Amino acid sequence: MLDAAIIGAVLASIVAAATTLLLASIGELVAERAGTLNLGVEGMMIVGAAVGYAAAYGSGSLILGTIAAMLAGTLLSLVFAGLAIWLAANQVASGLATTILGLGLAGLIGSPFVGTTLTAAPALHIPVLSDLPIVGPVLFGQDAFAYASIALLAIVAYGLARTRAGLVLRAVGESHVAAHALGHPVRRIRTLAVMFGGACAGLAGAQLSLAYTPFWASDMTAGRGWIALALVVFSAWRPLWLLGGAYLFGAVSILQLHVQGFGLGIPSQLLSSLPYLATIAALVVISALKRGQGAPASLGVPFVPDR
Amino acid sequence: MRKILSTALALAAGLALAGMGGVQAHAADKKVKAAWIYIGPVGDFGWSYQHDQGRKAVEKEFGDKVETTYVENVPEGPDAERVIEQLARAGNDIIFTTSFGYMEPTLKVAKRHPKTFFEHATGYKQAKNMATYNAKFHEGRYIIGQIAAKMSKSGTIGYIASFPIPEVISGIDSMMLGAQSINPDIKIKIVWVNSWFDPAKEADAAKALIDQGADIIAQHTDSPAAMQVAEARGVKAFGQSSDMISFGPHAQLTSIVDNWAPYYIERVKEVMDGTWKSTDTWAGLKDGEVQMAPYTNMPDDVKKMAEDTEAKIKSGELNPFQGPIYNQAGELVVKEGEVLPDKDILSLNWYVKGIDDTVPGK
Repeated sequence: MLDAAIIGAVLASIVAAATTLLLASIGELVAERAGTLNLGVEGMMIVGAAVGYAAAYGSGSLILGTIAAMLAGTLLSLVFAGLAIWLAANQVASGLATTILGLGLAGLIGSPFVGTTLTAAPALHIPVLSDLPIVGPVLFGQDAFAYASIALLAIVAYGLARTRAGLVLRAVGESHVAAHALGHPVRRIRTLAVMFGGACAGLAGAQLSLAYTPFWASDMTAGRGWIALALVVFSAWRPLWLLGGAYLFGAVSILQLHVQGFGLGIPSQLLSSLPYLATIAALVVISALKRGQGAPASLGVPFVPDR
Repeated sequence: MRKILSTALALAAGLALAGMGGVQAHAADKKVKAAWIYIGPVGDFGWSYQHDQGRKAVEKEFGDKVETTYVENVPEGPDAERVIEQLARAGNDIIFTTSFGYMEPTLKVAKRHPKTFFEHATGYKQAKNMATYNAKFHEGRYIIGQIAAKMSKSGTIGYIASFPIPEVISGIDSMMLGAQSINPDIKIKIVWVNSWFDPAKEADAAKALIDQGADIIAQHTDSPAAMQVAEARGVKAFGQSSDMISFGPHAQLTSIVDNWAPYYIERVKEVMDGTWKSTDTWAGLKDGEVQMAPYTNMPDDVKKMAEDTEAKIKSGELNPFQGPIYNQAGELVVKEGEVLPDKDILSLNWYVKGIDDTVPGK
């Protein structure tokens, strides 16, 4: 029932499912560490998916499509930044507005492309290594998005913990008043963090519409932006935990499909809710451990200088 | 997060009604106003897309004598009631609610607006001003079952299902009955994704089924994701709602296409003529409401068989649910020479013999 080929294929599916979530949540983690709660992830993702598809379809280049998706996500994040950071509007409302705007815009941009299709972003093939049983396709046979997500995570983890820029960004998120008093441009730093979040969400959208399911359909993100947001909380705002969370969620959501296929008689409704149950269970464990929930102290608080 | 999500959805629905989102209306007077509400986006290239093609056909048929409106992406439940209520208050003469879960909300609103006509798709509750309509998709599923049994080398069909409601279960049964008529030992693997529209999840389900040995994929979900996976993995698949050949030029065997246009045109015409009555319409292949996309990627003898079966169903010579039919426990449910009555098909909640799985929630 379980041979090496199936295990390899299952693991490869898990990597693809986790990559979407990881890409979107890394960016949000950075924005939140700078003190901005951007609920617009779903909207930025879907706009990335639509623009990325449109650009790739029009130009024939997946790379151009990916770049366009990141730009589109960034542009939409600026709408949020303008409202929430520069006009000090309520962040929750601004984020929701961003998502709603994004869903509508994406439907409009994508409408000429409904029913068309593209060739998927190819899996990279490294001679010898990709042909190893099980680990070959999983570690060395993924598409570029999977490697980009891991690289981004490593850069963010290192940057936040070990660089001066990361220290300043965290300071802005913990106490924007103190950071301001020290002369750091709080709003500019937050805007950059939100733009990074937008670019990552756009990249996640491109992964969906160019690699995962290479076509455009409205609402194709189907709530993954919200899951990415939840994962940031799940990770207690730590990049490495985020990696674990994204892969746990991806693994449970793929494995439950296989369990159903084997016909073990477990109700599918229960299986479908497993990824969420697993996330809740992990959250409970984290809070029971009391090892600092790690929410940035200024998260969600608008900053108005010289008040 | 769920709460935030539902708030977002509620906000989205509210804004849509305020005219910022999915509503498209054109001002005029003395026109018949018809409205549609859709479970998914019109760009899903599946269920909602096909209903919207029907709406466009109504616009094309009647031109400026009709004014149409639609609201897309309306979740089943309380939000739906609010949207339907708004559409009724906006002065629509006829409102089409196009998902099973809109049944109770439609009924409630219909009671409050006795002068407005309501049409609920795929449900079973009627009122004086609320009609129901549905399509016999299971007729098409019998044909694809036969094709699947002929074309499968592994003897295992993979089936991506949405929710365990009668419409979906009768589709699985009908496909299995068709398949068993060719190969009594055929196996089916069913994966429920508990969603009508989630392309990535549908793709994951297709991959899982193929990894487990299925070489024919059928789906009762709305996106072309599974077709694309089948094309990439070199197996065959059946499309759903729309002709999905562009997503699987080498994979698609056929597609069960919904064609709501004739029904919508007829009902809107009746509103114009003042002859509308509450009815329960269940049309199928014969009426053109269910259509089969061209039979492709199969040998001529399989194609011939499919065409013959289609002709027999159209002529009434063949009914997918004709006896003898046994349930999973091996009990004879439909005797030889009898057929399962329509009302039993519409409330079907059991699997036929040979399906090695249990109906979720049973």
